[in-house]
Amino acid sequence: MKARVSVGHELMRRKNAVFFTISRRFIRVWQRNWSVYRKTWKVSFLPPLFEPLFYLLAFGIGLSSFVGELSYRGFQVSYISFIAPALIAVNIMYNAFFENTYTSFVRMYYQKNFDAMLATPLSLEEIITGEIMWGATKSVIATAIMQSVISLLGFIHYPQGVLILPLSFLGGFAFGSFGMFITSIMPNIEIFNIPVFLFITPMFLFSETFFPINHLPDWVQKLSLLFPLTHLVRITRSLSFGLLDSGLLWNLAYLLIFSLIFFPLALLKMHSRLIK
Amino acid sequence: MCGRIDDPKGKSRVEYVIEAENLRKVFNNFVAVDGISFQVYPGECFGILGPNGAGKTSTIRMIYGFSPITSGKLRVFGLDITQKWRKIRARVGVCQQDNNLDADLNVRENLEIFAQYFNISRKQARGKAQSLLKFIALEHRQDDEVINLSGGMKRRLVLARALINDPDLLILDEPTTGLDPQSRHQVWDRLRELRSKKGLSILLTTHYMEEASQLCDRLIIMDHGRILVEGKPADLIRHHVGHVVIEVDDPSPKLRIFVQNHNLKHEDLGHRLIIYGQNQDSGRLFQEIDDQFVNENCILRMATLEDVFLKLTGRELRE
Repeated sequence: MKARVSVGHELMRRKNAVFFTISRRFIRVWQRNWSVYRKTWKVSFLPPLFEPLFYLLAFGIGLSSFVGELSYRGFQVSYISFIAPALIAVNIMYNAFFENTYTSFVRMYYQKNFDAMLATPLSLEEIITGEIMWGATKSVIATAIMQSVISLLGFIHYPQGVLILPLSFLGGFAFGSFGMFITSIMPNIEIFNIPVFLFITPMFLFSETFFPINHLPDWVQKLSLLFPLTHLVRITRSLSFGLLDSGLLWNLAYLLIFSLIFFPLALLKMHSRLIK
Repeated sequence: MCGRIDDPKGKSRVEYVIEAENLRKVFNNFVAVDGISFQVYPGECFGILGPNGAGKTSTIRMIYGFSPITSGKLRVFGLDITQKWRKIRARVGVCQQDNNLDADLNVRENLEIFAQYFNISRKQARGKAQSLLKFIALEHRQDDEVINLSGGMKRRLVLARALINDPDLLILDEPTTGLDPQSRHQVWDRLRELRSKKGLSILLTTHYMEEASQLCDRLIIMDHGRILVEGKPADLIRHHVGHVVIEVDDPSPKLRIFVQNHNLKHEDLGHRLIIYGQNQDSGRLFQEIDDQFVNENCILRMATLEDVFLKLTGRELRE
């Protein structure tokens, strides 16, 4: 009985310790990044505005004359409307992932922002959570801009398309958590090339982004289903086509589980990296 | 100020700002802080001195809850650091060793946004930032990016940032390392002003003895994670070195014999002999040595904290 009490006491102690403490104070870290973003928004909003246009021009117009129409879940769709939603999904991944890898790494390692914050009433968990939430926010901002452009071109079906915006937050949270996990184990900034080349580029290419995967070899299809981007692309594409069905819940569940694995992992690894 | 240092129940006043008891910090197998105990009183400027790797930074990082303590007890404002770290940090201002100003923000924003981390409202933060910028004489640079500031200006801004929450305890980790003499005196002036006006407690680490003598009411000298001595600078000098120091270059064997026969406290560095004058008669002793044993390069000077430091921590290079 006594032993039990002391274990309980120890847990209580830990709960209060610098460890494992997340309150809504993480918003302070988010606010800091938002303030910095507002200083440079005139430049920052340009890539999500023009990038989809470049891609649509190159792939949509350049390639679609060779591809023509293709069939997706029983529908005949033009190639350009097939890739338009995938571009949004890719952007959701890129914005959060790169924010929470390169940019967070700069803040952590070179600018020592986290060290400075750790002298204030913020816990490390709040700092990291704020960073990941910010990464997700950047995905939302980029999605909002990009979606407006693609909607103007008539590739998104409404009202279902409205759901892409909250989806971009979940997707951003998933890829941001993954990115932050990578950041926590990277010895220096050069090495980020490796996870980019190992995970991000294959996902960009093989997540049903630019072509359906059903005619690919079986093992590639299976691998593709492991990629979180595949699931994000499927939901984005279905919403763009105005197709809402229960099958999407599986894709959503995958993204949630992915987040629930990498978010705590990022916190844990960051803790062992920074709290000495 | 003292009145604010209450225990959690608000009943009795707590005697110490910092109370460390058998405090230890171990990294993997390396013992950085090896069971130290000390107290800091309200309104006091307390120094932690020591060569590189003595455990100074490890100690203060535990005090503001940056690194968890390995064992021992540590109370700040009478609160247990392992439990009440957030409350403690809210009342502490820290100047870390690196100038970790926010490079993405300008001078004013560095203060205003840092204030938000303490849940200080925007309006309040704006007012505080202005008065602090005035205090560190950087009002005219408030819209500059921090990267364009000189080393001394950055240091002053770090100091201002540490004051944004009106701390009861200011922690400074080597506040003037790498500064030119002008900038160093600027920082000292600001610190003296803080000490006299607000009566806040200051904890500082340094390896500049002059800095410690100038600023600290009391100090400890650490080495290899342990406390070697504790006391007021003047007392430490008198007790461990004496009043004056006589330094002789290339001492003759005769002089060495003289020193031994007279039982003088001394240190023999081979090419240099350092004799510690314990009392007021040291002037006469100097004359005697200068006349009888030395042709040139014999000097008499006041004993300093540096003499204490080198005597206690040794003269061999660290790291």
